[in-house]
Amino acid sequence: MAHSSPKSQATAPIYVALTGNPNCGKTTVFNALTGLRAKIGNYAGVTVERKEGRLRGLPPGRDIILLDLPGTYSLSPKSQDERIARDVLLNRLPDVPAPRVIVVVVDASNLQRHLYYTTQVIELGRPVIVALNMMDVAEQNGLHVDVPALSAALGVPVVPMVASTGKGVAELRTRILDLVYREQSTTGRGLMIELPAPVQETLTPLVQQLRSLPEWDGKVAPETAALLFLSDDERDESSSSVPVSLRGAVLEARSKLGERLPDWRAHLIELRYGRVAECAAQVVRQSEAPRETFSDRLDRVVTHRLWGMVIFFGLMALLFQSIFVFARVPMDWISSGFDALGEWVQRLLAPGPLNDLLVHGVISGVGAVVVFLPQILFLFLFICLLEDTGYMARAAFIMDSLMSKVGLHGKSFIPMLSSFACAIPGIMATRTIESPKDRLVTILIAPLMSCSARLPVYTVLIGACIPDKRLWGFLNLQGLALMGAYLLGVISALAVAWIFKKTLLKATTPLLILELPPYKRPVFTVVLRHMWDRAKLFLTQAGTIILGINILLWFLASYPKDAVMEARFEQQRLAVITNALPHLAGVSEDQLTREWEQWLQTATTEKEKWQEQMSAIEAEASAEKLRHSFAGRLGHAIEPLIRPLGFDWKIGIGILASFAAREVFVSTMSVVYNVSSAGDDDAAATSLAKVMQQQKRPDGTPMYTTLTGITLMVFYVYALQCASTVAVVKRETNSWKWPLFQWLYLGLLAWTISFLVYHAGRWLGWS
Amino acid sequence: MMANAALTALTPGQSAVVTDIHLAPEERSRLLELGLVPGTLVELVRFAPLGDPVEIKVRGYHLTLRRHEAEQIQVQSPPAA
Repeated sequence: MAHSSPKSQATAPIYVALTGNPNCGKTTVFNALTGLRAKIGNYAGVTVERKEGRLRGLPPGRDIILLDLPGTYSLSPKSQDERIARDVLLNRLPDVPAPRVIVVVVDASNLQRHLYYTTQVIELGRPVIVALNMMDVAEQNGLHVDVPALSAALGVPVVPMVASTGKGVAELRTRILDLVYREQSTTGRGLMIELPAPVQETLTPLVQQLRSLPEWDGKVAPETAALLFLSDDERDESSSSVPVSLRGAVLEARSKLGERLPDWRAHLIELRYGRVAECAAQVVRQSEAPRETFSDRLDRVVTHRLWGMVIFFGLMALLFQSIFVFARVPMDWISSGFDALGEWVQRLLAPGPLNDLLVHGVISGVGAVVVFLPQILFLFLFICLLEDTGYMARAAFIMDSLMSKVGLHGKSFIPMLSSFACAIPGIMATRTIESPKDRLVTILIAPLMSCSARLPVYTVLIGACIPDKRLWGFLNLQGLALMGAYLLGVISALAVAWIFKKTLLKATTPLLILELPPYKRPVFTVVLRHMWDRAKLFLTQAGTIILGINILLWFLASYPKDAVMEARFEQQRLAVITNALPHLAGVSEDQLTREWEQWLQTATTEKEKWQEQMSAIEAEASAEKLRHSFAGRLGHAIEPLIRPLGFDWKIGIGILASFAAREVFVSTMSVVYNVSSAGDDDAAATSLAKVMQQQKRPDGTPMYTTLTGITLMVFYVYALQCASTVAVVKRETNSWKWPLFQWLYLGLLAWTISFLVYHAGRWLGWS
Repeated sequence: MMANAALTALTPGQSAVVTDIHLAPEERSRLLELGLVPGTLVELVRFAPLGDPVEIKVRGYHLTLRRHEAEQIQVQSPPAA
């Protein structure tokens, strides 16, 4: 065998698979064994998360890789996650080596159901260790597990543990090392249930045929392998894993058995549960149990008809608040930090294309990525706390009735809510949804929730176009317009979800399997670890794409250069300086600029007047530059496309520039309309709104009428103008297909609905 | 003595024994794998605040099912202790 040579033992990593039912504390065990380093990726071709880490404290060269498999209820998979878990255990995936040892994590407080899966895994005949986790919960519930008896009954080592406190981790590690480096021998363990006669009679010839196959490697016990082939669902595409020469025999045996004992699959499940219940009765001693556990008492309140709703909406308000408001503070630090860095670099390097690329392309591009980090950290702090305490399952329990009306799962609620702050953390939060189609639908509709980047856009448009009046004496029209934009997004999201579930992503509504695990105290290090993993994933994978797109947009907005035009503005600038400082007439241009900067820092009188002149020139220069840039030309080029919506090419530039990020609309329109944007964003927004009100169409009518404003807002509700979201969707769906589709459908929706709104408005006689 | 009835006909807090599951094979086998095999004692814990889904307790753990599926689980009253 290859692994027995010392050389390959020192180089090729050895794989150990960690498997178990959902909610068994598998991730806590994984973290305890691997420490704070894990690699997160995807299994080839699918969106199932592949998580692996090195077993802690091994000498260099001796690598044991722990593979954290997705939670699964049985070896008859019902979802993609479960299929991956089974295929790894059966060594059916080409890019994952066969695990040398399998660790099954079991919840001691829920022994019967966990043993159902455990016995299936043991029957594979591979080296297995049972990690009997949550011993503390079991004790609290009055369940005393006789560990040696369980080990004897199962025929494999059993390690009692409380992974959240680290109890039993060292022993589990020793046991793993023990089995990994011991000479491999198949346990010879066959099936643990006695098969009904018709099944046994069908299976025996199959087993004989399997053994005689030249390609049969014997890694899995032949009875178990044959039974798995036999039970594979016909619709299951992975039934192709049956060796070709055996396929005919399996199909024939399956149909014959179906005639003899139609319900044989259900029968096997019942038999296994009978065996498991028997085993549990032998090893578990039930002492006087509290009639109602702490979880039961808490659930009385948390899922109460009234209090449950109050607690749920209270927590959601807090979540929303923390992403929307608390995260603002560090976000402001980050953006002003990057601004300062940009200014510093700008002064440090000689002016030129490199300087420009670094400052406006790279630094502001990196800034645009990093600025989302506080929101992502806050959101995942919350999600992780909600998940790890067990509240998330209750939230899904409460919201499922509403979400199922549009064909979604209760767990889609939190990603949708988070998307009000920002679609990026929202989309990342869809990882808690097990059904791939439900998850995809949630990702597709997430950007319809008006995110915080749209708020500055709405603010400017409302300020410019919606009269500050009251309706019926108490409803402010401007506030109403803002609420309308948010509501339009929510209603559209639900409608689109319903349509997708009916058409494109049609699936028989999957069974809702939602466990309500006992409440737990979250483990601080696990929460931190989770936040760190998410942050790293976002920065490295989405970040690189976002940065690239930002550099591209910088290029489009700054090229081609017009030397004549720039020289003209430079002359104007120098003229201001010589007017302000007449004694400097005749010195070189470089020195003039230096003297001017020095003077600005020391001078007190008359400084503002000259500075105002200077910033007026700067504003005009950047507007002129933008008009001549590729972005400006594109604005002209797309004008025919947006004219039916009542927009002109200047708005076109704003829309195009917004594809980097929506809030760029405000700064771009400030550049287009020569508004000097000294000061903070809010001030810029107010002055921009005033300038916009003065804009006229060529025929002299005002450009920004109420109707234009509403149409543009509707456009921003729908259009997916966010490079970061596109990048994250690419990452989360593992292909360009879905982000592209999403971008197109939202763009089409934006155009069509804006068109309808604009023309309906005109038809009604609004202007 | 209760004859065969739907699981959802129980009042919260009441227990009964599973007799059959009238669902498509795929869904039925998943519920069986979760431990709802005939003869198992199951307790209806509560309905969600909006009436759907249903929380049940089986083999010592809490599980949630949509009303639509829970209605297809047939139960009868447990044998007298």
